[in-house]
Amino acid sequence: MTFVLFAEQMLNGLQLGVMLFLMASGLTLVFGVMGLINLAHGSLYMVGAFAAAGVAAATGSFLLALVAALAAAAAAGAIVEILVIRRLYARNHLDQVLATFALILIFSEGTRWIFGSFPLYLNVPAYLAGPVTLPGGIQYPLYRLTLIGIGLTIAGGLYLMIARTRLGIQIRAGEADREMIAALGIDISKLYTIVFALGAALAGLAGALVGTIQSVQVGMGEPVLILAFVVIVIGGIGSIKGALVGALLVGLTDTLGGVLLPRAFATFMDNSAASSTGSALASMLIYLLMAAVLFLRPKGLFGGAT
Amino acid sequence: MITERYFNAALLGGLALVAFWAYGADEPFTITLVTKVAILALAGVGLNIALGQGGLISLGHAVFFGIGGYAMGILASHAQSYQPLTLGPLVIEGTNSMPLIWLAAMVAAGLAALLIGLVSLRTSGVYFIMITLAFGQMFYYFSISWPAYGGEDGLSIYVRNSFPGVNTLDPIQFFFLCFMLLLLALLFHAMLVRAPFGLALNAARQSPERAQAVGLNPFRLRLAAFVISGVITGLAGALFADLNRFVSPTMFSWQLSGEIMVFIILGGTARLCGPVAGAAMFIALEHWLGGLSEYWHIYLGLLLLAVVLFAPGGLIGIITRRGAAHD
Amino acid sequence: MKFKRIAAAASAIALGTAALGTAAMAEAHMSDVKVGMITTLSGGGAGLGIDVRDGFLLAVKLADTKHVELVIEDDQRKPDIAVQLADKLIQSEKVDVLTGIIWSNLAMAVVPSATAQGKFYLSPNAGPSALAGKGCHENYFNVAWQNDNLHEAAGAYASSAGYTKSFILAPNYPAGHDALTGYKRQYTGELAGELLTQLGQNDYAAELAQIRASGADSVFFFLPGGMGISFLKQYADSGIDLPVVGPAFSFDQGILQAVGEAALGVVNTSQWNKDIDNAANKTFVEAFQAEYGRLPSLYASQGYDTANLLISAISKADVHDPDAFRAALKEADFDSVRGDFAFGSNHHPIQDIYVREVVKEGDVYTNKIIGVALEDHQDVYVADCKM
Repeated sequence: MTFVLFAEQMLNGLQLGVMLFLMASGLTLVFGVMGLINLAHGSLYMVGAFAAAGVAAATGSFLLALVAALAAAAAAGAIVEILVIRRLYARNHLDQVLATFALILIFSEGTRWIFGSFPLYLNVPAYLAGPVTLPGGIQYPLYRLTLIGIGLTIAGGLYLMIARTRLGIQIRAGEADREMIAALGIDISKLYTIVFALGAALAGLAGALVGTIQSVQVGMGEPVLILAFVVIVIGGIGSIKGALVGALLVGLTDTLGGVLLPRAFATFMDNSAASSTGSALASMLIYLLMAAVLFLRPKGLFGGAT
Repeated sequence: MITERYFNAALLGGLALVAFWAYGADEPFTITLVTKVAILALAGVGLNIALGQGGLISLGHAVFFGIGGYAMGILASHAQSYQPLTLGPLVIEGTNSMPLIWLAAMVAAGLAALLIGLVSLRTSGVYFIMITLAFGQMFYYFSISWPAYGGEDGLSIYVRNSFPGVNTLDPIQFFFLCFMLLLLALLFHAMLVRAPFGLALNAARQSPERAQAVGLNPFRLRLAAFVISGVITGLAGALFADLNRFVSPTMFSWQLSGEIMVFIILGGTARLCGPVAGAAMFIALEHWLGGLSEYWHIYLGLLLLAVVLFAPGGLIGIITRRGAAHD
Repeated sequence: MKFKRIAAAASAIALGTAALGTAAMAEAHMSDVKVGMITTLSGGGAGLGIDVRDGFLLAVKLADTKHVELVIEDDQRKPDIAVQLADKLIQSEKVDVLTGIIWSNLAMAVVPSATAQGKFYLSPNAGPSALAGKGCHENYFNVAWQNDNLHEAAGAYASSAGYTKSFILAPNYPAGHDALTGYKRQYTGELAGELLTQLGQNDYAAELAQIRASGADSVFFFLPGGMGISFLKQYADSGIDLPVVGPAFSFDQGILQAVGEAALGVVNTSQWNKDIDNAANKTFVEAFQAEYGRLPSLYASQGYDTANLLISAISKADVHDPDAFRAALKEADFDSVRGDFAFGSNHHPIQDIYVREVVKEGDVYTNKIIGVALEDHQDVYVADCKM
């Protein structure tokens, strides 16, 4: 494998990683602050993508579409939090799993009811289309580079927000001791709604950004949701830093494993069989990684708060 | 007054009665539906032991269901082609005999539960939910990409496997076979709850520290419960495969893990017959709502949400409470 | 499970003049038939099932016959549900003919046991190789294609276009393996690379990097549904400038609008297109748009042909006389929207497979025929079928 190809695959892994981080950070925040496990997080990702596709079709503006994705997912998140989720904070994990599983059914079929069964159109805007040449002669799509940039910027922004702002202090207080912040006179239900809507907005943004180069369709959120779970379990639930490290680990493992394993098998098998066996094993690789991490550190790499 | 015990009897009796009625009215499809209820309930009974008794929220029980299904599919397909299955030095003849297939399904599911349990039970809470979910995905992707037994196409078995003295192709006879296994599993569950093991398990769930203090080993207790749970769900998987005469990777899907859990919640968590009531209700709804609207999943979701939010005791909780209030 | 009973032809409408005339004549000596349709109407992939259903219903409506009773069920794309629905249709509804299944894995679960119970099965979409070769059955008729056909045509086209270094990829599941095998069967050049991707994969960055590095002169892919949309968008954005060939599935009417500009100019192979010049096709395309307000898809054309095959058979024989009915089906005496259509000895189609190009007509992306890839093409499994 040439250096150029390897570098391009590293960028691909990085890009998958930062998008997973957008999903995972919301999940892990919601769990860290409210102690809630939310299976319907993937639905918010889907809401973002559909809102973006709808607005892009109506206005032709990609930026407006992203704004719409953020707004729609945040609004959907806030509404769901007020109607359903806040009744679940005091419940056990089992009830949370079940209720949010029910929300997936409602979101998915509801979206299909409104938008129909066919995938929607959403495309890269002209000013971000096509490849650029990076140092070393690497040809890489500009849009994917932009995704990496947006993802890292948001990661930095989240870090600053949690470290420096008033909201961040409240979030950290909530993670440390939930009873305590109520005693401090903070409007806790408002805080919870804001945190949930923030997580939802990040998921919606990820849905719109990724939906642009993939297909905007019902059920697009669940595979990403499961990857995001793997990410936060590896990183340690509740830890933003863990979510970032976990997301990058999963992104790189998944991308490089898919490329390298079939090649490795091809050294002692014929091509078709190697491709088949290699990609079968590659699809299991991140779950093996997760099992290995949990075996060594049952609370993930940066966990412990739970 | 309706106590839970009377309700359970009515529920199980009702299931058998529906099958009998359908037999008399020549409605073989209704028998197929009740058979499906019995089999899914059996899978639920398996999960209920881990979940209700052990407090282990496994979102990966489809693994055991699928392994049971594939045990049936693999053995029966080798019997169909008269080619023995070779595992290194081990040569296994295919078989059409249900008892042998059940045994293989239970052993295979038990082994898988042991291995998964050894890793997963080191964690707890949300980590446990997610790691079981991830193991489920691992098996799902593997079964899709592994070409030997049909991959995503699955495996079709043209004739239902045989059980001595029973014509399994006759829907009503196959129903009673499944129903008997369900009753046995319920009996086993009821005995387990009262046995020292069940009491210890309950103690470990409520307070691991205290259990440890009196010399119990919570990890081993949970592991044993998890294995037992996997074995029963594996048996259900083998029966389900025989009901459809078909196995496919969808038996490993995480949605199925979710559905098995839904049965328990709809019926009532940790109640003996919760999975039976839940599975019956789920199948009835699927049948009835599916007839009303293409978008029936919305209504199913709303109902499930309502049960979780407003009726935590599930169906049995509602009925037995109302019964008590009339008294 | 969706349950809907349609007494066909409740309202006669004045559509399709030629078809109506012959239908009215045949109506007198048609025999009754009860058809069970199992297809995907909810969840992922519902668009395909809806098109097959609508095409089928349209044909029945145009034939203006009271002799076809149809029971439609939704399989939710789940094999176990499909098997149970088949049991229900056979045991409770007592249908004579089954049809409708979209996916190969569901067909493999349902067809063998249905035909073993003496029912007829007309496949409007799936054509797994097992059912064309060793597992063929006298009561199983495939009205669409054997799964390999369109991929073989793509291979034949690639050779005739002078490509000598193809990069090929498909998902790692049985239909994906069949696609690559089918392509290689007719393709004479060498391969620059061969990849199996994960089923349901939506990010192809890693594969695109390998294509770019491989020195290929063309790309063949089979990635049905959302996977194909993702691949094409990312391909267009990657700056790789190689010609792309694929089977019709990723370029069909239903999903083309979601792919958009990225698909323009792509060459794909299909046994049908809306511009095939014959009377039956004209009637179909116009009536479909009038009835449903959208352009018909490949799947709709297959549903339409399936219903017309059935109607041609019941005007010749009674379904309760299986030998006569089978012979009537075998004749395939109906006006197919694809033009010439005949069954091979394994009851799979012998038909032309066309080369299409994606074009834009006004605001709508659609296909236009640019040539024929394979004439009177038959699958290779026919030799294994002992019937």
